[in-house]
Amino acid sequence: MKLRVEVVALDCLMVRLFDEIAEANMPWMLAASENLRAAFGGHLIDLVPSYTTLMVHYDLTALSPAQARELIAEAFIDLSPNARTGATRHVLPVWYDLSVGPELRLLSQRSGLAVEEVIRRHSEREYQVFALGFAPGFAFMGLVDEVLAAPRLNTPRKKVAAGSVGIAERQTAAYPVVSPGGWNLIGRTPAKLFDRNRDGYSLMQPGDTVRFEAVDHAEFINLGGDDTPLEAQA
Amino acid sequence: MSRLTIEASTPLCLLQDAGRFGVRHLGVTQGGGLDWRSMSWANWLLDNHLDAAVIEITLGGFTVVAQDDCLLALAGADLGAQVDGEPLKPWRSFRLNKGQRLQFTQPLLGARAYLAAPGGFDAPKVLGSRATVVREELGGLDGMGRALSKGACLSYSGNSVMLLRELSPEQRPDLSLDAPLDLVLGAQIGEFSGQSLFDAFNSVWSLDSRADRMGIRLLGTSLQYQGKPMISEGIPLGAVQVPPDGQPIVLLNDRQTIGGYPRLGALTPLALARLAQCLPGAQVRLRPVVQEIAHREQVEYLRRFLSR
Repeated sequence: MKLRVEVVALDCLMVRLFDEIAEANMPWMLAASENLRAAFGGHLIDLVPSYTTLMVHYDLTALSPAQARELIAEAFIDLSPNARTGATRHVLPVWYDLSVGPELRLLSQRSGLAVEEVIRRHSEREYQVFALGFAPGFAFMGLVDEVLAAPRLNTPRKKVAAGSVGIAERQTAAYPVVSPGGWNLIGRTPAKLFDRNRDGYSLMQPGDTVRFEAVDHAEFINLGGDDTPLEAQA
Repeated sequence: MSRLTIEASTPLCLLQDAGRFGVRHLGVTQGGGLDWRSMSWANWLLDNHLDAAVIEITLGGFTVVAQDDCLLALAGADLGAQVDGEPLKPWRSFRLNKGQRLQFTQPLLGARAYLAAPGGFDAPKVLGSRATVVREELGGLDGMGRALSKGACLSYSGNSVMLLRELSPEQRPDLSLDAPLDLVLGAQIGEFSGQSLFDAFNSVWSLDSRADRMGIRLLGTSLQYQGKPMISEGIPLGAVQVPPDGQPIVLLNDRQTIGGYPRLGALTPLALARLAQCLPGAQVRLRPVVQEIAHREQVEYLRRFLSR
């Protein structure tokens, strides 16, 4: 870890911990988040975690930039990696099918693997939730098997169905709501990823782990999935 | 309870408050009134909390008819407001009696007007705020993130019996002011070429018509970032990011929560309040400021709302 504190706005400081994306960073990121929340207490407005950084947005009427830096320093005094005590392990059911995941074929061609093998490799790993962003409840997860890594589509789709599961480079994610998107789609989950009536709102939180589990069409429908083909929704 | 019926509206007329906080780590955007300063003055005129729910009217096209005797306050842009055809200037509270019609016609000065009601307009809090974010389907009158529409009913439950007030000339923000927009320098500032740093603060930028509540693009000299590609990180309000085409984008209240373009820094809240009142094509300049000074200036400004 190489800790740096940078100015990003009048009332925001960026706490930079790492320079590379790695699963091994997560226990440190979680511990730092927890300590920062405790140090700032009621003066914290928002803490925005990403892969290697934690952005601290504090109450400017309560703290000067210098005082905020002191609190950050305080948060790092006795930092030890957090063994994910509060983290949840999720299993997301996915119906992997060309009608809802048209890039299964592209990933199969790129990797030289059969479609079934692409599915197996995507669903065998346990992924880390690195960060949430792009849309409420949209969790950036990784890292995906190198042979499945693929760049985003040249032209993003105007409309990606809710629940769509995709791959971009070595990351994977599921779209919580209908939105535009450029990820390579490989399937769809019936899981409700963001729910304003649920405690914590988002199914997944930074630091959680996720495994995808292949289900057949009948079970997907049983679980409340919408099997409308992608083209029919465009 | 006092009620008003919306007779005309546009997709740019939205229920807003100070924004949604404590949920940014879930990918939920901040939202809230773009010109926080005018919104705060509108609430101040009615002794409201400064973050009470108001109507943000962008450019005009909004008409309401009072169903009861109402007390309201107007601040921000002069959008040619009229009460039953009589001009109504901003920065004051006013009565709109039962049957009277308040109409916003066209922008005369500034871009966004804020209409406040005693205690704030009624709406359910969603994730802690009433701010409307259409993209996220959050906030607004029914909590589903919809813009205000014709036929909808606005209501408030605060006390309508209060003396009318008007901001003094010293209290009124000057929307025609041509001062540069203050920008708190960010961490990547040294990764732009020397020429680009000169250009950023010494050339005139014009506001692109491609602008929405997520961001406003500045057109002008192309800026060159020479640093390494970045990993996505949290984006503060007012961040001025520079995508590969070199044209900076000021990120506003409905921005995405994380992103990976390098940034010059972030505009101060007072600069953002001014920018929110600029129309497409307006010309602006940027001025670097350090965090401590910008912080002191903001704290000073906020003291003005303490006097009643």
